Amino acid sequence: MNKDKFITGNINPNRRFRKIIGGCVYILFLLSTCVGIIGLGLLIFDVLKEGIPWINWQFLTDFPSRDPKEAGLLSALFGTIWLMFLTALFTVPIGVGAAIYLEEYAPKNLLTRVIEINVSNLAGVPSIVYGLLGMGIFVYRFGSDEMFLDRVLIAGALTLSLLVLPIVILASRESIRAVPDSYRQGAYAMGADKWQVIKGAVLPSAFSGILTGTILAMSRAIGEAAPVIAITALVYITYIPAHPFERFTVLPIQIFNWVARPQDDFRSLAAAGIIVLLVILLTMNAIAVFLRNKYQTRSEE
Amino acid sequence: MADSTVISVKGLNVYYEDFQAVKDVDMEIKRESVTALIGPSGCGKSTYLRCLNRMNDLIMGASIQGEVLFENRNIYDSNVDATEIRSRIGMVFQKPNPFPKSIYQNIAFGLKVNGFSGDMEEAVEKSLKQAALWDEVKDRLNDSAFTLSGGQQQRLCIARALAVEPEVILMDEPASALDPIATLAIEDLVRELKTDYTIVIVTHNMQQAARVSDETAFFMVGEDRSGYLVEQDDTQKIFTNPTHQRTEEYITGRFS
Ligand SMILES: Nc1ncnc2c1ncn2[C@@H]1O[C@H](COP(=O)(O)OP(=O)(O)OP(=O)(O)O)[C@@H](O)[C@H]1O
Ligand SMILES: [Mg+2]
Repeated sequence: MNKDKFITGNINPNRRFRKIIGGCVYILFLLSTCVGIIGLGLLIFDVLKEGIPWINWQFLTDFPSRDPKEAGLLSALFGTIWLMFLTALFTVPIGVGAAIYLEEYAPKNLLTRVIEINVSNLAGVPSIVYGLLGMGIFVYRFGSDEMFLDRVLIAGALTLSLLVLPIVILASRESIRAVPDSYRQGAYAMGADKWQVIKGAVLPSAFSGILTGTILAMSRAIGEAAPVIAITALVYITYIPAHPFERFTVLPIQIFNWVARPQDDFRSLAAAGIIVLLVILLTMNAIAVFLRNKYQTRSEE
Repeated sequence: MADSTVISVKGLNVYYEDFQAVKDVDMEIKRESVTALIGPSGCGKSTYLRCLNRMNDLIMGASIQGEVLFENRNIYDSNVDATEIRSRIGMVFQKPNPFPKSIYQNIAFGLKVNGFSGDMEEAVEKSLKQAALWDEVKDRLNDSAFTLSGGQQQRLCIARALAVEPEVILMDEPASALDPIATLAIEDLVRELKTDYTIVIVTHNMQQAARVSDETAFFMVGEDRSGYLVEQDDTQKIFTNPTHQRTEEYITGRFS
């Protein structure tokens, strides 16, 4: 070896080999993406093929029945709407309030750090755990055999609120943190106090982010089956709940119920139910995306 | 303290955590005049300015020693409400920072915050006229403030500060983000406003200081990186015959 030379050996760019590697990597990543898309495509295709023939006005406006030809999901549809409404009612004020406190008021110390980490961890707790917790504290009186709220809408909504609160808090904190400090200073410089600054300058510009986060959290809530099963115990409901203290069922449970039946027709009903649920979920997500885009372009000008 | 003094600063020290950013400043600010603060970057002009209406309260780790007397009352006394001080000593920032609201709402915000009752539209119009912006925006008051040009946005921020009828307006390099024409518009405005308001303006532009101010205060940064006041005098005197050699060197551009 020639020690005088700074670089020993020859440079071999090997471009052909690199080109092949590059091509392979590209195909690999493309395929990875396709797994997701193809999986979703197959699922939707299968569900649509099975369920579309069963979707009609009667399906949407009838109560469940032992006869698949007469069965509908009206009670589940209204149960879902009720549940979503009540859950939003609980989570928005509490979630946004907690986010405002953590971002704007809380001193940055160890305790707040611990709370912050806990909130993030809570977002990852399996939903069935919330279901059992909700059953223990809302349905029964703190683990006793005594009924507290019973298996009613409000108990379900409170349980789902626990489930999605961390999501709402995290999303709201993100959007509050994204508000430029110059807005706050501008407001303070005019003699606004803390709450006036938050109300007048911070919340209006964090609003769209909070709204999108909330919508996404709600769509998570209404897609959940496990915690609601723990709360409702799969009762057979053939009425529209008139107030929050009535028993209820929701779309995922109705679907679960139909899937569990032996008759093929019920499976098709389940597919039809899944389509309805998917339409609701996709609509909510679309609204969230729309709102985000709409407000983003406006505030970036 | 002479009658003509609005703000009188006595032995002011400002710290960020352990770091002393401003050292031992004494200053008298005269009523209905323009005082310019000049000095090299990092000498604590913005820090000092923020002390005059307690905006430093909002910065974590910032603390002060000494007194800032506003109409003979120390604004750092424990019984003084910082929001009251800020509504009487307004501030305009280096970068225009209108709220993401309409032009109208930007002005109305400060009025609402301070519990204004009366003809809001008239008050908004008056503020915009004072800031020489009315003619440009009178047909589009409900447009977003972000649709205005940079110079217009800055005049909107000045109008916004004027709306709450402060006695003093602090301006931190209000024209540094603007082109020469917009800068001249702001300077004209400052000169006009001094008939009714007391203005303290930070600027890096010597000509600007000479053009708009009655008094000039020159800050320097010491060996220990703390800023201090070198001298304060009539602008005329500072620019023609300063007491300290450092001042002359800075003004003539022999160091920056
Ligand atoms: N929030 C802060 N925390 C810690 N140190 C700070 C903070 N703000 C400013 N400083 C420091 O205080 C000193 C003075 O800063 P200041 O912004 O007041 O200078 P300035 O004279 O306004 O400079 P410029 O002309 O560049 O705006 C600098 O050394 C700066 O690093
Ligand atoms: Mg500065």
